[in-house]
Amino acid sequence: MRLITVAGPPSCGKTSVVAKACGVLQGNGQACAVVKFDCLQSRDGDLYRAAGVPVSVAFSGGLCPDHFFATNLEEAFAWGVESGAQVGLIETAGLCNRCSPHIRGALAVCVIDNLMGIDAPEKIGPMLRMADIVIVTKGDLVSQAEREVYRYRIRQMNKRAVIRHVNGLTGQGCAELAAIMAKAPDIDSVTDMRLRFSMPAAVCSYCLSETRIGGRYQKGNVKKAKFAGGVHAE
Amino acid sequence: MLSEDAGLDVPESPDSPDSPESQSENRIYAPASMTLTAGRDKSSRPEAGDVVFRSGEITALLGPTGSGKSRFLSDIESLACGDTPTGRTLLLDGRAPDADERFELQGRLVAQLTQNMNFVLDMNVRDFVLAHAMSREVADPEAAARRVLDAANALAGEPFGPGAQLTQLSGGQSRALMIADTALLSWSPVLLIDEIENAGVDKRRALDLLLASDKIIVIATHDPVLALSADRRLVFEHGAVRAVQARTGAEEAILTRLEHMEVEISRVRAMLRAGETLD
Ligand SMILES: Nc1nc2c(ncn2[C@@H]2O[C@H](COP(=O)(O)OP(=O)(O)O)[C@@H](O)[C@H]2O)c(=O)[nH]1
Ligand SMILES: [Mg+2]
Repeated sequence: MRLITVAGPPSCGKTSVVAKACGVLQGNGQACAVVKFDCLQSRDGDLYRAAGVPVSVAFSGGLCPDHFFATNLEEAFAWGVESGAQVGLIETAGLCNRCSPHIRGALAVCVIDNLMGIDAPEKIGPMLRMADIVIVTKGDLVSQAEREVYRYRIRQMNKRAVIRHVNGLTGQGCAELAAIMAKAPDIDSVTDMRLRFSMPAAVCSYCLSETRIGGRYQKGNVKKAKFAGGVHAE
Repeated sequence: MLSEDAGLDVPESPDSPDSPESQSENRIYAPASMTLTAGRDKSSRPEAGDVVFRSGEITALLGPTGSGKSRFLSDIESLACGDTPTGRTLLLDGRAPDADERFELQGRLVAQLTQNMNFVLDMNVRDFVLAHAMSREVADPEAAARRVLDAANALAGEPFGPGAQLTQLSGGQSRALMIADTALLSWSPVLLIDEIENAGVDKRRALDLLLASDKIIVIATHDPVLALSADRRLVFEHGAVRAVQARTGAEEAILTRLEHMEVEISRVRAMLRAGETLD
């Protein structure tokens, strides 16, 4: 199965773009399946089903969603293969902008929208920097000049990605995206593949559902920040 | 900047060279002519003929919603190669672009200006236009930014200064700035305009500025002055181009009359706004 990871901040248009690109792929006889990783809730399952794309949604609930993603990749891949998909896509909610779900050897797509401010490409971090394709949405709402400057900023953050403007509402640009997706690496198994960017070290008391605030509740892998001004500095 | 423990980059390959796309980012191929070959209408009947566009020429698209204008524009935008429902093919300087050229031009051949567009960035006009000029790597970005501001002010009914916030410009000022910026700084050789607002923009001057940019200009409009200002009009029906009309001498006279009427309307509008009486 060809494997594609799709990441981007909430509401940037991931589902719209993936659903439309899958429509094009399916129209060309390529079976698709989408796995959506999210935290607590999502209506993406309904959106994909409404668009005629087979989907499976997985919620991380009380766990770190990125770790949850990594620990469920083999199963997600197996589900895609079982459902007969030739192209398997994984949509992840971009949560803290710290992580990136992209995998070495699979096609990595980052979606960002044009409304996020000029510094967004810098803030988004590894899911943009590690991507093979950067899809920019909502260009229909901003000026040509803003689109061009935004693209330039994206290019500064990622020198080698293919950058494409796609309209998630009309699907304009999705045929070109689908053409790139159709050439994503064909993979037998994700076992022993590697993430492009390591995930944060965890296991402190808050990882184990601690909710109380205060030093005495903090155990395990705890790091204290230094704040300017001295009063709170160590 | 990444913090010290932001995670490990796992490089794809030891030396990943810049993509060809990024190397040529600011050198976009500007064709002198662009042809959309004849396709077929909604009933698969063949279209009458090819349509050739030349730089420095304005073409207006006319026809009701659903008549095929959007499809036509998207055939241009997506560099159709017989792969769209209309079966049209886009030629640049008389030949179909090869796979590499198509890939590079994808999404960049056409600059757009539509009614829905607004400035959303939290920046002032000067800083923003300067940022655009720098992103285009022009020789003298400061001078380029000044030219854009001057041109925008020449089009806008109400002038605005370099310190004005983008998001606080009026509809007419925003549109004027978008037109000036697109004409003078945009990378795309083709400009597609979906109506120019009536209020607050000097249309005649806007068109002159765009013409001087040597771009191929296509306007979808219901505005009689804009439609008549175009060198020719494509009339759409049932998903295809039904007729190509060049402006006649009689139409030119009508255009002049309509333009005078518009000037008069703006003059009266300005006087009323300023609290003057009209007698
Ligand atoms: N105007 C506009 N809206 C878009 C575009 N792409 C997506 N949207 C809208 O943005 C919202 C969020 O889209 P969705 O695909 O659910 O985002 P996700 O959370 O990243 O999956 C929806 O209301 C979409 O209709 C676009 O290109 N233009
Ligand atoms: Mg989604």
